[in-house]
Formats: sequence, structure tokens, C-alpha cells
Amino acid sequence: MTEPVVPMVKAEGVRKSFGAHRVLRGIDLEVAPGEVTCLIGRSGSGKTTFLRCINHLEKISGGRLSVDGELVGYRQRGDKVYELHDRDIARKRAEIGMVFQRFNLFPHMTALQNVVEAPVRVKKEPRASVVERAAALLERVGLGGRASFYPSQLSGGQQQRVAIARALAMQPKLLLFDEPTSALDPELVGEVLDVMRGLAADGMTMVVVTHEMGFAREVGDNLVFMDGGVIVESGAPREVLSNPTDERLRTFLSKVL
Amino acid sequence: MTSPRKASSPAPPGTTAGPTADSPASGPAPADITAVPLRHPGRWVASAVVAVLFAMLVHSLVSNPRFQWHVVGHYLFSEQILRGLWATVYLTVIAMAIGIVGGAALAVMRLSPNPLLGGAAWLYTWFFRGTPVLVQLLFWSFISAVYPRLSLGVPFGPEFVHGSANQFISIFTAAILGLGLNEAAYMSEIVRAGILSVDPGQNEAALALGMPRGLLMRRIVLPQAMRVIIPPTGNETISMLKTTSLVSVISFTEILYAAQAVYARTYQTIPLLIVASIWYLALTSLLTVGQYYLERRYGRGVAARGATPPQKLRALMTSLRAPDSSGAR
Ligand SMILES: Nc1ncnc2c1ncn2[C@@H]1O[C@H](COP(=O)(O)OP(=O)(O)O)[C@@H](O)[C@H]1O
Ligand SMILES: [Mg+2]
Repeated sequence: MTEPVVPMVKAEGVRKSFGAHRVLRGIDLEVAPGEVTCLIGRSGSGKTTFLRCINHLEKISGGRLSVDGELVGYRQRGDKVYELHDRDIARKRAEIGMVFQRFNLFPHMTALQNVVEAPVRVKKEPRASVVERAAALLERVGLGGRASFYPSQLSGGQQQRVAIARALAMQPKLLLFDEPTSALDPELVGEVLDVMRGLAADGMTMVVVTHEMGFAREVGDNLVFMDGGVIVESGAPREVLSNPTDERLRTFLSKVL
Repeated sequence: MTSPRKASSPAPPGTTAGPTADSPASGPAPADITAVPLRHPGRWVASAVVAVLFAMLVHSLVSNPRFQWHVVGHYLFSEQILRGLWATVYLTVIAMAIGIVGGAALAVMRLSPNPLLGGAAWLYTWFFRGTPVLVQLLFWSFISAVYPRLSLGVPFGPEFVHGSANQFISIFTAAILGLGLNEAAYMSEIVRAGILSVDPGQNEAALALGMPRGLLMRRIVLPQAMRVIIPPTGNETISMLKTTSLVSVISFTEILYAAQAVYARTYQTIPLLIVASIWYLALTSLLTVGQYYLERRYGRGVAARGATPPQKLRALMTSLRAPDSSGAR
């Protein structure tokens, strides 16, 4: 008999509106620890918004969302729910890594400084050990020789790999990727996907918004198709991609494949 | 990176450049152009006119006895003037410190989601930018006429400390308040523009790493905003240095007041005004150099970093001393 596993991400009827604009209309999703979930869908279907809700960069308007068994942005005591203090929200975010489409590296810091910054300043770890770990992480993403380069001196693919190393340095239990290769020249996409493939193999729990169907098919444990703020279809990637049932998914796939 | 390429492709722009020019099929590369350079007679005339005017100016400065250069030399380092100079320096430093700290606070207030804080900051800026700093200085120096008694305590409740306003608001305090509070209004706009210039993605990234607001501002946003903030702040500091001369109207002894005190006694007005001007020029020059290095520091990772002027000078000296090693040129 196996213990019941606490899902890393659990969304139940998650809704989100910007004013009158209902962007998420009831998302139900579970991501088990060690699993890779790929999120696909047309532009504007709410993928980024959902990802941002997971680390509370956006506040959900309804439903329930928890990470590793704890509500996002709230604390439950008895049957009452309290809003969390900014400090506690920040502490929770520190456990979730995020990688952005446009990298968002800190341009005034070198690659190494980018990676070292948060563990030292946020988690207050001793600098020497963080620097050692950061150097190893840069080595791991294939940028050992670029530690002292500023982001402006790196290619898009290299910047994104630094961004991944920066997220990893916080030793997150969950990594969120928002179209990590969409801003890259085609010949640079592979080097970033290779790093992500490695992470998946090492058992990192990841939620990946992507248009790379090859990656989703190969690496994903779960493929989720969103449209109009709801999950239309989900399941094992091979299954979903080869036998799409919903018309909207079929139309979408015919455009991206 | 580009220079070797330039050197190896002698084809000037406009002629058949590109891969065909280098391919063996197109025959020998075209020779360098040897053209007669274009003449610029207008430039020569203008230069001559400027040179003559400059010579006249120097001649007049040197030969007109009413400049009394020996008096200038006598007072330039006199104790009275140096004391005034020192007062100008610390007044500038303190007023700018108040201006920068106050300005940053006002800018953060303006950008806060709280409409009351934003409104208060807006009102402050509206008032202090909308009235002349000279009027504000006079106002602070006469504050005891409006509030003869100042006290510290619970609002509308008991007082802990109190005393006459004249006791708290000395001329020095009036000068500091007048200049500093006015400066804060200008600095708030500069800081706000700087903060707004930073890519919102930077906020996102820092938040996602778990940084609290304060750390995010201090480590991520402000260092990047500095690039936008420093040049106008340099201007403000230079401007402040000269604006301090206004406090002479409330009898605060800075360098202009010190110079005035001397010529009120000796009637050597012009030479003493020259003394003050020389010191102002010296200080602004110093500030300009400081600004250059600050801009370099905060341009890290963004601007291409050339050599500093001293480094360039040193390189020039070395190349002059060893002409063969200067290679390409
Ligand atoms: N901060 C915001 N304010 C208002 N509307 C927003 C905001 N963020 C996203 N939206 C809207 O939500 C919808 C979904 O956006 P997004 O989650 O970015 O979609 P996707 O990532 O799938 O392309 C879009 O219509 C977008 O205009
Ligand atoms: Mg998106």
C-alpha cells in the first residue's frame, strides 16, 4: 500500500477576473510531485495568468489553489481563511521557481551575481557556499565559462539558461516555465530544452507553458489544453496529441504541428 | 570585431560590396580612392572669428586694471572666504541629502497603490515646485512670526517639548529647510521617472524569487533606475550649489555672503565676485567629474564601458613614447 501523495499543485475551480474580463473560469488540475505538466493553448487562453496564480503574482478571484498542501496566499485555521502577510507570501514564492519568456535577468549583475542574489539576500544563506553552488549550477546549464558575463553579453539561449540556474539556486520544490523558448531564435531552442529535459530526468516537478509539442510529447507526464479560461482536454501527451477529441484542440494542433 | 573586416575589404561603401567583390571571379579588388578632400572655408572663417574674440577677452582680462587680479589672489584663500566656501559645500550636501531622501520617499508614495499617499505626495510637489525657492527661504526664516511657539507631543493632546520658534529655527535650519524641501519636490519627479523606466519584468522576476518589496526596490529597481536618475541629479546638485547663494538674503554666511561682507568694507566688488565665481566653477567642475564616474558605475552591464579619460591619456602617452608599437594607426 502506498501513502496518499500530497499533490504539488492542486487547483479546484480556480477563477480569475480582471475587472469584468473573466480570464480563468474554473480550472481543475493536479500536479503530482516529480511530474512534468505541459500547458498548451491559444494566445490569450489564460495560461500565463494561471501560472502567475500558482505563485501568487496574481490573486485568484474564486476557487481553491494549493501548493504542496498549503493554500496559495491564504492560511486556513479551522474553517476560516485568512489573507497572508506580504512577508509570508514572499517566503512561499521563494519555494517556487519561475522562468519567463523574456528571461528577466537582472541586467546590472553578472550571470553569477544573478544566481547568487536571491539565496544570499532572501534565504540568508552564507555567500561562500551559495557562490560554490551557483558556479556548479552554471556549469550544469553549460555556462561554466560565462559566470562573469553580463546578460547583455549573452545570447538569448544563454540568458535563459542563466535564468533557469537562478531559479534552481533557490532549491525550489516546483518550477514554473512560461513559454521559455518562445523568444529564442530557432537554433537556440534546443539548448534550453536540453536543460529542461535534464531537470525532468532528475525528478523536478515542473509546470511548463510551451508550444514545443516535441518536448511535451517526450518529456511531459501530462498534457493540458486550455481554451477560454478552462481546461478543455488533458491526459497523457501521446494520447492527447494522437487522438484529440475536442474540435478546438484539433484546430489548435493543426496550426502548431 | 569589425576592424579586421574593414581592413580586409578595401571596397568603399557604394561600390559592389558583399560576397561577389571577394570572389575570385570578379578579378582584382579595386584600388583605394585617392580623392581631393572637400574644403570647408566657412569653418576656417568661424574659427578665426572665435580665436580673435577669445584673444580680445583674454587681453582685456589681463590688461584691465579694474579686475584687480592681485586682490583676487589676496582673497582667494583668505580665511573668511574659505569659511564661506565650506558653508556652501555643507549646505549643498545637506540640502541635496534631504532632497534625495525626501524625493525618493515622495516618489515611492506617488507610485504606491494608496491614493491618499499618492495625493499627499502630489500636493507636496505642486506646492514646493509652484512657489519660488527665494520666497520659501524667506518664509522659513520668518516662521516664528507665524508659529511663535513650537511643540512636540500627541496631536491635539499633551505636549512633551515646547519652546519659542526662534529657538528651533535658526538661520541655518531655515536655509536647510528652504533648500532641502524645495529640492525634494524636484527630486521626486526625477526618482519617479527613474523607477518607471525599469522594465516591469524585473519586478516580476524579483517577486518570483521571493524578494520582499524593500529588498526588491533596493537591490533590483533602484540600481537600474540610477542610470536614469543620476544625470539629472548631477544637474540638480550643480544647480543647488549655486542656489545656495540665495541664502545670503537671510544673512547665512556662505561664500557669496562672505564675499559681500568683504567688499562692503573694502569696496573691491568686482575682484570679490570673481573670487566667489572661481570657487563656484571649481566646485562644479569637481561635481562634473564625480558624476562621470557615478554614471560609469551604474551603467554596468548596459552601457559599453570605454577607458576613463586618465586611462586614455596614459595610453596616449605610452603610444607617443613608443611610436612603433602603436601599430595600425
Ligand atoms: N493584468 C491584466 N489586466 C487585464 N487583463 C489581463 C491582465 N493579464 C492578462 N489579461 C488578459 O487575460 C487574458 C489571458 O491572458 P494570458 O494569461 O496572458 O494568456 P496566455 O498566456 O494564454 O496567452 C488576455 O485576454 C489578457 O488580455
Ligand atoms: Mg502567455
